Amino acid sequence: MRKKWWKVLAVVLVGLTLIAGFLAPVPELPILNETIRNVYYHVPMWFTMISLYLISVIYSIKYLKNGNHKDDILAVEAVNTGVLFCALGLVTGMLWANITWGEPWPNDPKLNGSAIATLMYLAYLVLRNALEEEQKKAKISAVYNIFAFPIMIVMLYILPKMTDSLHPGSGGNSTFGDLDMDNNMRPVFYTAVIGWIMIGIWLCSLRYRLRILNDRKNSMS
Amino acid sequence: MKLKYFLFIIMLFGGMMQLQAANSVDMAFDLRASGKIYVVVLVVLVIFFGIALYLFLLDKKISKLEEEFNKREV
Repeated sequence: MRKKWWKVLAVVLVGLTLIAGFLAPVPELPILNETIRNVYYHVPMWFTMISLYLISVIYSIKYLKNGNHKDDILAVEAVNTGVLFCALGLVTGMLWANITWGEPWPNDPKLNGSAIATLMYLAYLVLRNALEEEQKKAKISAVYNIFAFPIMIVMLYILPKMTDSLHPGSGGNSTFGDLDMDNNMRPVFYTAVIGWIMIGIWLCSLRYRLRILNDRKNSMS
Repeated sequence: MKLKYFLFIIMLFGGMMQLQAANSVDMAFDLRASGKIYVVVLVVLVIFFGIALYLFLLDKKISKLEEEFNKREV
């Protein structure tokens, strides 16, 4: 196993936030109540997804520059892993919304934006499988990927802030930075984000290595 | 008659249990403090570290396969 230390670090960081996330003090607020602790678990899923999609874009650009097949594979596997974290973010968000807002999916700009962003990345994966020829597949999907990333950012973070949104941190609603007067939450939240991003990268690397092994097996026989 | 006797015993027993519960000393060792949230934390930790361990083993397996491939291709 190459370079094990950062994987151990990722596990330790997330483990710490699992303890502190339940036990550390949080501000007492109406409506949110104890669910404010979801900031430690639900939000890092999205941050991890965005980091993986960012990695994917970087490797797509790299692929277009040098045409290295491995860069293309990494770009796909980053999106494949990102979609997992996206699904976890959606499901945990809907669970919370059902209790807090009374329905799992009110027609809120933030939620609909995230649905569009999710569909865009699913379309990326479908597009890849639809094309037969290897080089064409890699090139077209790399270009698509470069366009999808900024639109995803706009859908998730810019449009919901411009209109009214129920979601904390969007529209007229304050972010946890304003809610958390004594900054108790920041260290736990940042640790969770860093830890989960590292775990996302780890999962992505496992998928990438398996894919490379599969390719080598195919080229051998 | 037998049933009534039986029910009486059960009720007596139940009453004793309740009395005992009221009188029992609340042992405030940590896992029972503040609404037993520590138990939940432990459960979550066990699940997370279980999955992490699984990932490490998977990682090891892939590394072994990579080594084998490298040997064969040289």
